Amino acid sequence: MKIHEYQAKELFRKYNVPTPKGKLAYTSDEVAKIAEEFGYPVVVKAQVHAGGRGKGGGVKLAKTKADVKPVADSIIGMTLITKQTGAQGKKVRKVLVEEGLNIKKELYLSIIPDRETATVAIVCSQDGGMDIEEVAAKTPERIVTVNVSPVSGFQPFHARKICFGLEIEKDLQKQMSTLVKNLYDLFVAYDCSMVEINPLIITAEGNILALDAKMDIDGNALFRHPDVKEMRDIDEEDPVEAEAAQFGLNYINLDGNVGNIVNGAGLAMATMDIVKLAGAAPANFLDVGGGANAEAIENGFRLIMKDPAVKGILINVFGGILRCDILAKGVVQAATKLKLQVPVVVRMEGTNVEEGRRILAESGLDLINAKDLADAAEKVAKIVA
Amino acid sequence: MSVFVNKNTRLVVQGITGQEGQFHTRSCIAYGTNVVAGVTPGKGGQKMDDVPIFNGVKEAREKTGCNASMILVPPPFAADAIMEAADAGIELVVCITEGVPVLDMMRVKNYLATRTTRLIGPNCPGIITPGECKIGIMPGPMHKPGGPWGVVSRSGTLTYEAVHQLTQAGFGQTTCIGIGGDPINGTNFIDCLEAFAADPDTKAIVMIGEIGGNAEENACEWIKANTKKPVVGFIAGLTAPPGRRMGHAGAIVSGGKGTAEAKIEAMKASGVHHCANLGKLGELCKQVYKG
Repeated sequence: MKIHEYQAKELFRKYNVPTPKGKLAYTSDEVAKIAEEFGYPVVVKAQVHAGGRGKGGGVKLAKTKADVKPVADSIIGMTLITKQTGAQGKKVRKVLVEEGLNIKKELYLSIIPDRETATVAIVCSQDGGMDIEEVAAKTPERIVTVNVSPVSGFQPFHARKICFGLEIEKDLQKQMSTLVKNLYDLFVAYDCSMVEINPLIITAEGNILALDAKMDIDGNALFRHPDVKEMRDIDEEDPVEAEAAQFGLNYINLDGNVGNIVNGAGLAMATMDIVKLAGAAPANFLDVGGGANAEAIENGFRLIMKDPAVKGILINVFGGILRCDILAKGVVQAATKLKLQVPVVVRMEGTNVEEGRRILAESGLDLINAKDLADAAEKVAKIVA
Repeated sequence: MSVFVNKNTRLVVQGITGQEGQFHTRSCIAYGTNVVAGVTPGKGGQKMDDVPIFNGVKEAREKTGCNASMILVPPPFAADAIMEAADAGIELVVCITEGVPVLDMMRVKNYLATRTTRLIGPNCPGIITPGECKIGIMPGPMHKPGGPWGVVSRSGTLTYEAVHQLTQAGFGQTTCIGIGGDPINGTNFIDCLEAFAADPDTKAIVMIGEIGGNAEENACEWIKANTKKPVVGFIAGLTAPPGRRMGHAGAIVSGGKGTAEAKIEAMKASGVHHCANLGKLGELCKQVYKG
């Protein structure tokens, strides 16, 4: 689960990771008031869940009192388009106002779980403020990675590797070590799947601060972080995907016109792939999950019907935990309630398949039966062609 | 022959009294699995059907000689359950639970490095040696005993699809293993490939991967260097948008890494027979291994 920069920085402060002085604002009047309090210059930063805000015009400096309201007005309410938002962009509803600082050097610092080694990887570089993937591709020697085992925890030698690796001045090494240690503690305490500071700055005065903050928290660990759960911002989510999550379904919207209902994530991906292979394009990823019931399937149908691009639906269910008779009941229930307007190709296999097919056949609904996966993909591709 | 489980496997079910636990325990027993014990703390001394329940795994092991465990507990308790089983000396732990926090699995993985226990999963359908032993939630009847194919996969229902097509094509399976869709898991592709390579009854292997991480790439390198047995491979997620987690916690293309294209390329470069059309997997297997 992603949280906003201002929320991440609240958690940073709780863990003694230094950040610039900052306050949240919803209107240009509020921005001006905060600027008066902080003194000029101030930086006004759009709060949306997407990177590349600066390039998209969502981060601006207000040098004087005359600047501040026009700057704030140009950001609040704008539709920010960055390479991470897609073409439709994201509406800016709030901004973070921060004190301006004298930046001497920009570093990069992030922490992620490393799946291959089952450790926590601290990735840092002297080349802050840039796209780190570009740095990794062009100058990999400029990136320092330190893997921390949960058995050892963060030790001074990890900190030394980072300080020497980034050529941190002697006077600042202690400050840097403490900052990284605190950030590591935060990462572990909050079950993060990513914490990124880009840039981490060294000021002319010799202070190290997190100028930016990105935090992504493991959705599976939210049961032990009620405070983070409350930070969820529904405005930042795709409304259909958010609705799906409420039903316990896993839905991702795509550009094509074949709606998919599949049980299991792997099979759902493979179904999208085979639809593409058959010459059509998937409109969505939808995993109704192993333990889905009739109601969940009906909700899945409802989500797909919201997408006007959908010209045909492919149901592909391999009964494992989910039984085919339960699926069939869900399909019948949904089709009756929602008055389906598009053809539906059904491919079922597995537990109680005969019973499932019987329920569908006796429902009187117009459903196209597929004998196997290849057949199903070809049939649905023909429908939408 | 088979790998990891057979008719001598003695199973304990952790979380046996939950709804899922009861349902899948019964299904394993119906398949013929030797379920000798269940564990639900606080319900020791009771029974689930004819299966004796214990308060802890250690006690279950001492009283019943169980050597494998199936875990069906909710995600907040999964790491604890795995480590309890390992602590009790259980040889094989199969964790079905989906939604275990990544940092929990990180601790588990590092703990298991100090034990001899093999973990399969989490977030997996389990493991089955057709006709002998089913530990997991897969539908048993579609499997066909006797080999010659071994199956290893990161996905649940996608594995069922592959097994179904093998059986339809007239092939049996030695053992089918779902290693799970999480970023950090116990047994990986290479562990399974090694076991299949060493198993005389396994003549050919189906390997099913998906986007995210580089386990498939590592497996392909291993295949190239270590086995002559034919491998048919499939990768799910060619159409998955980058940066999105596709249902499985581990299924994500991030920073241009973990793409389906790279994995398919690795398969082709290592002599794995890549299956481009999942609907034709069974047909491809027929071409690759005529037996």
